[in-house]
Amino acid sequence: MSSEGGINNGCSRSDHEVFDVAVVGGGVVGCAVARRFVLEGARVALLEKGEDILSGASKANSAILHTGFDAPVGSLELECVQAGYKEYMEIFKDFDLPILKTSAFVVAWTQEQLARLPSIESQAHQNNVDNVHIVTSDTLLKREPNLSRSALGAVSIPGEFVIDPWSSPLSYLTQAVLNGAEVRFGYGVSSGQFDGETWVLKSATKKDISARFVINCAGLYGDQLDEALLGRSEFSIKPRKGQFVVYDKAASALLNAIILPVPTERTKGIVLTRTIFGNLLLGPTAEEQDDRALASVSKKEVELLKNQAEAMVPCLKGMPVTATYAGLRPASESKEYRVFEYEQKNWITAGGIRSTGLTASLGLAAHIYKQYSKMANFLVPLTSVKTPKMPNLAEHKQRDWMQKGYEEIVCHCEMVTKREIDNAFASVIPARDLSGLKRRTRATMGRCQSFYCSARLAELTKDRFIDDLSVDVSGEEHE
Amino acid sequence: MNKKIMQVDVAIIGAGPAGLAAATRLRQRGVDQVVVLDREAEGGGIPRHCGHPPFGMREFYSVLTGPQYAKRLVAQAITAGVRVLTRHTITRLLKGGELEVATPDGLITIMAKRVLIATGVRETPRSARLVTGARPLGITTTGALQSMFYLKGLVPFKRPVVIGTELVAFSSIMTASNAGLEPVAMIESGSRITARHPCELLPLFKGVPLLLNTELEEILGVTKVEGVSVKNTKTGERRLIECDGVIFTGQFTPESTLARMSHLKVDPASGGLHINQFGRCSDPAYFAAGNILRPVETAGWSYREGRSVGGWIADDLERASSLIHDPEVTLICEDPIKLVVPQRIISGQSGGFTHLQLRVCRPVTGELIIENDDKTFWQKKISTLPERRILIPITDLDYFEGTKSLRVYLKE
Ligand SMILES: Cc1cc2nc3c(=O)[nH]c(=O)nc-3n(C[C@H](O)[C@H](O)[C@H](O)COP(=O)(O)OP(=O)(O)OC[C@H]3O[C@@H](n4cnc5c(N)ncnc54)[C@H](O)[C@@H]3O)c2cc1C
Ligand SMILES: Cc1cc2nc3c(=O)[nH]c(=O)nc-3n(C[C@H](O)[C@H](O)[C@H](O)COP(=O)(O)OP(=O)(O)OC[C@H]3O[C@@H](n4cnc5c(N)ncnc54)[C@H](O)[C@@H]3O)c2cc1C
Repeated sequence: MSSEGGINNGCSRSDHEVFDVAVVGGGVVGCAVARRFVLEGARVALLEKGEDILSGASKANSAILHTGFDAPVGSLELECVQAGYKEYMEIFKDFDLPILKTSAFVVAWTQEQLARLPSIESQAHQNNVDNVHIVTSDTLLKREPNLSRSALGAVSIPGEFVIDPWSSPLSYLTQAVLNGAEVRFGYGVSSGQFDGETWVLKSATKKDISARFVINCAGLYGDQLDEALLGRSEFSIKPRKGQFVVYDKAASALLNAIILPVPTERTKGIVLTRTIFGNLLLGPTAEEQDDRALASVSKKEVELLKNQAEAMVPCLKGMPVTATYAGLRPASESKEYRVFEYEQKNWITAGGIRSTGLTASLGLAAHIYKQYSKMANFLVPLTSVKTPKMPNLAEHKQRDWMQKGYEEIVCHCEMVTKREIDNAFASVIPARDLSGLKRRTRATMGRCQSFYCSARLAELTKDRFIDDLSVDVSGEEHE
Repeated sequence: MNKKIMQVDVAIIGAGPAGLAAATRLRQRGVDQVVVLDREAEGGGIPRHCGHPPFGMREFYSVLTGPQYAKRLVAQAITAGVRVLTRHTITRLLKGGELEVATPDGLITIMAKRVLIATGVRETPRSARLVTGARPLGITTTGALQSMFYLKGLVPFKRPVVIGTELVAFSSIMTASNAGLEPVAMIESGSRITARHPCELLPLFKGVPLLLNTELEEILGVTKVEGVSVKNTKTGERRLIECDGVIFTGQFTPESTLARMSHLKVDPASGGLHINQFGRCSDPAYFAAGNILRPVETAGWSYREGRSVGGWIADDLERASSLIHDPEVTLICEDPIKLVVPQRIISGQSGGFTHLQLRVCRPVTGELIIENDDKTFWQKKISTLPERRILIPITDLDYFEGTKSLRVYLKE
């Protein structure tokens, strides 16, 4: 790692290099785009203003791999979700990424909702998700015996699955770096110039970056980046917060499939799903707000969520809560993805990737590359590609603590070993702060929320994070 | 994978005061193979990081700090012939006393004739309290602060706010003060502190404002704690307190994960294991003692509980128990009674815990009643506060032939 907060896998060229493509933003979309362009043979720099990838919208989502059964017919979103789904299914084994084949039910709780099930089924069939079908409440309750008896019926979607929301984007960017991409953290693009051939991108503190082409994957700030560098934006972001409750691992035994509600115009609604880490997840809410950075939870909303969940699954009453968190969807004035090509400016914007970006990212990356190749020089795809093997954090697969030689278990609730923590610091894109370490290992994410492991973790990570877990009380500030 | 199998008479999960006391007692009673397993690098449990006296007055007739007490407990057990295995994490409890254990050398299976669960309590962290705000750095619990400072010489912040006024909150202030921190306030939503007089003198003495009738509304700050917003519950007035950390204290909860994920019955009221007066769980091969039974008792209490249950396990091994099949009565508590331990009683037995332990959820005054549909078995006027122990002699209840369950409630 260089002092610039950059990652380059030891193949950095001169500072004056002109990259083929600069990807602005290291959310799931930026990570997938960087990977796609590297595989197609481009020299790529990914610029991320945070200290780790997944600092924005991609930090917190429901982690569902969507089939697109309910996406608007004929939309770009549908195309990307289905292409993304397909590519994930093709590559996940190569990366050792996990998948939890849960399937899903859209459950009707009222007569009105029940009446809407046939239209959900027919939309799914129109979207070529053929195995979607309506089931009776008897069938539903046989498959989900802990669901409230008041369920009236459901649509079964056998193809909806659950994935690891952090390891997958990390694997995309890791592959990009292994095959030559460069990454700069703490690099907030604030302005730039285009001379007809090359962009010079500027940030407040870091060296300029030159690239022939820019892909705006700035998520919650996508409109602002367009305004700052192109002088205008075709859309405006209206952050939509989603709050979540994570129940104790004991709760994950209560459900098999993902329980989806009958959706409304605005949102996919409140979901109950097992997570890949063995918990039960409840959420998200849908709350409009102006702030693009503050994802706070509120006691009131979380209590409302819990009440709704307990109505659906009565034995959740009294189940301990492990965590609460919130994520911000980069929603815009339209439901559709906001992808714009600016041919005169060597620029593509992938904005407003609202609530299906985790699934769609691989498909969207392929779509953006297709648009790019209409506008730019021909690239030669890589012939020999390196693929990283990701450490497994999924509860249903072999975890590190099950294999000897781990030295010690540091985080007892999530069973995170010292070996895993060391590996997170030694990996291609190492953890640089506590959030980064949490996403790479799950340390402190369990039920005690670091009651037992803070001390050991602060000791093990001392001087390895940008913000240490401990402070100096001797009076002098840290060097 | 070829798992190693270890066979023992008694396996004890948790090397805290309860687990170590039980182990020592079992060896003194002549039980041969007694092993204590703990996932930490050192035995001793919570007292390892309670860097203050008084511990051990009744056990060792001297006034010790927590770490000294922890060392004495371990040494005493080893002297008695107990095997203490650290960095051994129990990951699964199986029927009849079979344990899955993770060790740095690989997974092993332990087959024990009896198992004692003594995994203690922890504090409720911010998330489970559903507190409003983002997730900045600088939010912790007393236990985490204590272990950072007393075990590693580190601190997470300089000017924290302390939430809550149970006894442990005052430990928090002591720890902060020893570490050179300057707590900016201690916050309690009630109109008086939860711990007993004269605890309120400590913040006064340390110059920490004690804010009663004050509710935490929100934690401010995105990457690091910048302050808290609080509300006066009487006047509705809100104010902002600048700070760089928040310590959530108390609201103890038994560390009962293992049991929750197993076949054993967990009592939703206490959050701990469902036991009879001998500390026996719903699977007769398992027993429980110490703070895993309920939030929360002192180290000394947990120690004595461990010693007692250790003795009853020895009895049980000697007589190859018949107690299992004796009829039991289940006690069911109703709000505002928070919990009752033990939850089951075998009638007509002598021995075992002498008292039922009760707690209430809020300050109450009224008639405490234990009855079934036909008959009142016990009745007494009480006036008490949350976190105060209420004891009822079990022998007073000793006449309930044929009863299956008893209500424990309060007539206010
Ligand atoms: C509550 C919720 C639930 C969801 N559930 C699911 C789900 O179950 N399945 C699914 O497929 N999808 C789901 N999603 C959607 C998915 O999370 C988003 O679509 C996706 O994260 C959007 O990613 P992004 O890369 O476009 O944006 P972001 O993740 O916001 O990435 C943008 C990045 O750009 C950086 N950046 C911004 N400005 C600059 C700048 N000027 N210079 C440099 N860097 C900059 C930011 O720091 C950020 O890291 C959910 C989303 C939410 C919020
Ligand atoms: C922050 C805090 C401060 C306290 N301060 C005081 C005080 O000042 N004075 C006082 O008298 N009491 C205090 N207490 C109460 C305390 O609970 C008791 O002092 C006492 O430690 C309880 O003993 P125990 O043996 O039941 O459990 P503990 O002392 O908690 O011991 C439990 C042991 O079980 C181990 N364990 C848990 N799960 C597993 C597993 N799966 N596998 C292997 N090992 C496992 C743990 O590592 C731990 O060592 C405090 C409690 C807390 C939480």
